[in-house]
Amino acid sequence: MQPHHKIFFSAIGEMTYLTLASTRELFKRPFEWRLIVHQIELGGIDSWSITVLAAGFTGMVLSLQFAIGLEPFGASMYTGKVVSLGIVRELGPVLTALLVGGRVGSGYTAELGSMNVTEQVDAIRSLGADPIRKLVMPRVVAMTLALPLLTCVADIIGCAGGGLITMIEVGVTARFVFEQMVETLMVVDLLHGLSKSIFFGYLIGIIGCWNGLQTYGGTEGVGIATTRTVVYISIAILVSDFALTRIFLGIYG
Amino acid sequence: MAETIISFKNIAKAFGDQQIFEDLNLDVHRGETLTIIGGSGVGKSVCLKLLIGLLQPDAGSIHAFGQAVSERDRRGMLRLRSRIAMLFQGAALFDSMTVEENIKYPLVEHNWGTPGEMDRRVVEVLEMVDMPGIQKLKPAELSGGMKKRVGLARSIAIKPEVILYDEPTTGLDPINVRRINGLILSLQERLGVTSIVVTHDMDTVFTITDRLAMIYQKRVAFVGTPDEAKTQELKYLREFIKGGKGTLNEDL
Ligand SMILES: Nc1ncnc2c1ncn2[C@@H]1O[C@H](COP(=O)(O)OP(=O)(O)O)[C@@H](O)[C@H]1O
Ligand SMILES: [Mg+2]
Repeated sequence: MQPHHKIFFSAIGEMTYLTLASTRELFKRPFEWRLIVHQIELGGIDSWSITVLAAGFTGMVLSLQFAIGLEPFGASMYTGKVVSLGIVRELGPVLTALLVGGRVGSGYTAELGSMNVTEQVDAIRSLGADPIRKLVMPRVVAMTLALPLLTCVADIIGCAGGGLITMIEVGVTARFVFEQMVETLMVVDLLHGLSKSIFFGYLIGIIGCWNGLQTYGGTEGVGIATTRTVVYISIAILVSDFALTRIFLGIYG
Repeated sequence: MAETIISFKNIAKAFGDQQIFEDLNLDVHRGETLTIIGGSGVGKSVCLKLLIGLLQPDAGSIHAFGQAVSERDRRGMLRLRSRIAMLFQGAALFDSMTVEENIKYPLVEHNWGTPGEMDRRVVEVLEMVDMPGIQKLKPAELSGGMKKRVGLARSIAIKPEVILYDEPTTGLDPINVRRINGLILSLQERLGVTSIVVTHDMDTVFTITDRLAMIYQKRVAFVGTPDEAKTQELKYLREFIKGGKGTLNEDL
């Protein structure tokens, strides 16, 4: 067994290679738009229900908490403001990434992992094609595009859920909540959140695919790799979220 | 003396600290059927994969059609893989695609021709493996033996000169074993291909083989005709041949 830091750095190296190779394939003719669209359908569109559910309830529960938390300061009426900021800048992108990452990223590992252990990846190469072009690039591109879109949906639903509970708990009108949110939210808040989710989408795609192509040891190996992917993706999202937030605060303010 | 089209020279290969080959040498002649035998995990599959560049040796070189495999660029490698096809152990059909799409895969990658020509080629190769009319089925609907035959159809679609078979009969019932052996022989006769067959099955060895190579202790420990193999005094070879389930065991 190799020491942990060596495994870590060789993993980073392999993912960097996959990223560069995928980028090169992306710009090669003919453009594999069918594979990409197919992956967006599978990973993106099928994830919208879980996104809506998570965002809606997160917005609602945040409102419950803030309505009470802001009470002592006589500021409960601003609950909508606080919640919408929290959702758009932080919780929308991160929660969506964690949920979609767990679902889609582990799916990528399971699929590519079983293709690997049944020699289908070797078969792709032996038949004259490139697995990075056929398998990795479409998935990474699909997630990088789909996650920001899903995050937009999450932002809207989260704010709507938060607004609804603010109305009920604090007793303000829908119009008031809506105006508060519009007044609070700036384009930079949206940019801040979406920039992060583009990066999270890329992480989900690349970690899911990389770990799939790493898989050895038959179907048992596929199970182990799949579980591991969920952990890797979650850690990568949480850690990079902190780093990215720091960076984007510098850029967007 | 037959023309040598493939040669492994002083090959060494390791995965981590697991040494698979130390000094492996092997020549393959045009038009012959060479079988490779050896215990489980000795690197028979690795040997085939080295030949078509799916794996790289740590030392030594492999020449195919007069050029080192490692010296081929992307296009050269594509060309090599159109001349040497491989039938993988579990057939390695793409689960998400129909039989037809599977067989068209190499045709598309190698720019075979018009869609009509590809359709005709699919019909042709499915007839060659005795499975006409199954274009629209998915691999999940096929039995193990049928998968192997479709895998074979996919491998021969682009008219390779050399076919590598990785345990083509392992796990099949006797009828399918005979059918696959028959197919290997008939492809040999009809298309004049060179075949390299990895197998555990002594029946296969003695019905289709021109020459036999045994991998033992990280190298090729024996190469010769089946008749030569029978008269060899090498203990590991005798044991391997006896251990096989072949019907020819009696006369050894
Ligand atoms: N891509 C790989 N990475 C690591 N180890 C491998 C790889 N491919 C094969 N091996 C190992 O090399 C050894 C030989 O494998 P293989 O050629 O499949 O054996 P067999 O002779 O049964 O076909 C096995 O121990 C296997 O675990
Ligand atoms: Mg094998």
